[in-house]
Amino acid sequence: MTRIKSAAELEELRQGILSKIDPDKPSISICAGLSCLGLGNGKLISAFKEELGKQSLEAKVDVITTGCHGFCEKGPIVVINPEEICYLEVKPEDVPEIISQTVIAKKVIDRLIHTDPNTGEKAAHMSDIPFYKNQMRVLMGNNSKINPKSIEDYLAIGGYSALAKALLKMSPVQVLEEVKIANLRGRGGGGFPAGRKWETTRNAPNEVKYVIVNAHEGEPGAFMDRALFQANPHSVLEGLIIGAYAIGSHQGFIYTRHDTPELRKNVDLALAQAEEYGLLGENILGSGFDFKVEVHYDVGIFVSGESSALMRSIEGKAPEPKPKYIRTSVNGIWDRPSNLNNVETWANVPQIIGKGSEWYNSIGTDKSKGTKLISLSGHVCNSTVVEVPMGTSLREIVYDFGGGIPNGKKLKAIHFGGPMGGTIPESLIDNPLDFDVLSKLGASMGAGDMLMMDEDTCLVEVARYFLDFLSGESCGKCVPCREGIRQMLNILTNMTKGKGREGDIELLEELSEVIGAAALCSLGRSVQNPLLSMLKYFRAEFEAHIKEKRCPAHSCKELIALEGV
Amino acid sequence: MSEIILQIDGKEVTASEGMTVLQAAQQAGISIPTLCHHEKLDPYGGCRFCTVEAEVRGWTNYVAACLYPVAKDLIVRTRSEKVDKIRKVILELLLAHAPDAFDLQDLAKEYGANKDRFAKDSSFCIHCGLCVRYCAEVKKKNAICFVDKGKTREISFIPEVAAKECWNCKECFPLCPTEALQAAYVLAKAFAFPLESASAE
Repeated sequence: MTRIKSAAELEELRQGILSKIDPDKPSISICAGLSCLGLGNGKLISAFKEELGKQSLEAKVDVITTGCHGFCEKGPIVVINPEEICYLEVKPEDVPEIISQTVIAKKVIDRLIHTDPNTGEKAAHMSDIPFYKNQMRVLMGNNSKINPKSIEDYLAIGGYSALAKALLKMSPVQVLEEVKIANLRGRGGGGFPAGRKWETTRNAPNEVKYVIVNAHEGEPGAFMDRALFQANPHSVLEGLIIGAYAIGSHQGFIYTRHDTPELRKNVDLALAQAEEYGLLGENILGSGFDFKVEVHYDVGIFVSGESSALMRSIEGKAPEPKPKYIRTSVNGIWDRPSNLNNVETWANVPQIIGKGSEWYNSIGTDKSKGTKLISLSGHVCNSTVVEVPMGTSLREIVYDFGGGIPNGKKLKAIHFGGPMGGTIPESLIDNPLDFDVLSKLGASMGAGDMLMMDEDTCLVEVARYFLDFLSGESCGKCVPCREGIRQMLNILTNMTKGKGREGDIELLEELSEVIGAAALCSLGRSVQNPLLSMLKYFRAEFEAHIKEKRCPAHSCKELIALEGV
Repeated sequence: MSEIILQIDGKEVTASEGMTVLQAAQQAGISIPTLCHHEKLDPYGGCRFCTVEAEVRGWTNYVAACLYPVAKDLIVRTRSEKVDKIRKVILELLLAHAPDAFDLQDLAKEYGANKDRFAKDSSFCIHCGLCVRYCAEVKKKNAICFVDKGKTREISFIPEVAAKECWNCKECFPLCPTEALQAAYVLAKAFAFPLESASAE
């Protein structure tokens, strides 16, 4: 394989790939995202291959294993192209019929297509299923079209053309300005303007600068970054290279979890392929710009997703946060300027450069632009990953995409942002998905994980659960975080057992105040957030546990036992 | 090295670039209490007891004086209602582990901390890391380390290293702010149950 040295050569390669693709050739695209793998699609993939072999169709029909399609609740998902017929909950027994009926005879198998649970309406094509139709899948839309292990697939859909545009037609400052004008805000939780962060690193005095992908998605209920990165690793890589060019960095890092082997395979392969084609390494696309990327893995602790801890980990030290009195964008890895953005933020960059900031600004609200990936879990019919424009109402997300609350239960509250996020009550469901609106309500968007809780959920127990998680995931270095979590967990555990005492709520509030002000890092300073938001909206529930030894949601076992007495 | 003028407790203080607020305060005779700080060791910022108010361009933040760098026009308040509350709660959290530690008891009197406010935990280590850091930074032996994370983090001697290095040293023992025998106890435990310290059989 020869390294590409110009935009013309890239286009030539792309045309070469496209010319080999027969648009009428049937292909079977099988979702191999995490959830579908868990549902046993390994057997399904072999069943397809076996059946095609039996009928001597291997040469006539392609089988593509793709990344996550998003509709995880209905997996394993199979899409038959070019007709784009989408089959849900496919089992190996269905395979011979799919091949004979759909692939060969071009007939739709009625029982495998989507049926709307409310209207009974059927939808055979992916683009007709309301779940997909109503999303705006800028980042996720290609997942069902490409094999994540094939750079040719990514090139075929126009991949790396934004990189060519940035490197060959724009100056680094122009790229930076475009991202600033686009108002891209960090998707990892803070919502900080990415362009301003890039600028800080660019302007920092040190010659050697680093850019980093934070792919350390560690909180319970967050699974959108993995879905995106595993399904379309080149889109993130392309964003990273463009960012490095704008910032003036020649070394990038991808920091991810050690326990995601499928993601690891796809990322390693993407890096090797990009290097072979001259999209990484020296003199990228003949532009004179050099850039390399290394992958680093965590050691299995949640706090390593915190920026300064992550950077210590890349240095080869224990992932303990370091106080950020000087920002990591100025003083990060080995005390050099280091720009860290999460997976989804980087994936937005090629879109912005390719389609322009004006297009990007046309999506979303006043101060939150673009689309947002949301992972839905908890008491919701569809546990899924959806991509919607910023500003979409929470009601739409929960009911139209999530399919509402199962078992005829009522929605009680929505929790955003995992163990350091916040909870809002059902009554606020008509608010839009927007960084600032949610912040004001006391529930920052976090990375975009939404946990639905029905009427049988006890929020004292949920607050306790998050602190229990954090008690093992804090690094344990500073007193307010380590000891504060320990004592808050004690108090809440006692409450759920009917041992709550007068003054416990005030004590929790005092601890929250101290931890929020005095803990060393941003993890420590936000561990009290879920509890505080729950006290804000559901204080009576906490009081009932203490004063009446009663769990209003009838969830805490020890208290139900007391009720019977 | 350029001089920096800042304000600590209403007093104008001159410091040089690269100094921490704690150093600048000490130089000016202003006392800021510390627990995990030691002049022979790198600043650590673990106990947060030296938390002070730092005001920059009208924004007030709570920072660890042992780490926070001095800057021009910085306004520092070493005592305030909130600073005292932070220190009181930190003491109460630590007294749950080491209720009899003299250093903590003295400070508890000053800050009105109640040693019985929180549920007791049998370990008397307050994780100041003085022993760990002294062994690593001054003695360069790494015979004692932190193991595990979060609420199960603890100090532990590495039996193989400790057997060679510790009997003739023990310089970390008197550094312990909770109980002079604490390190001796952990060391004895490491020798008595080496398998438990390394990995459970």
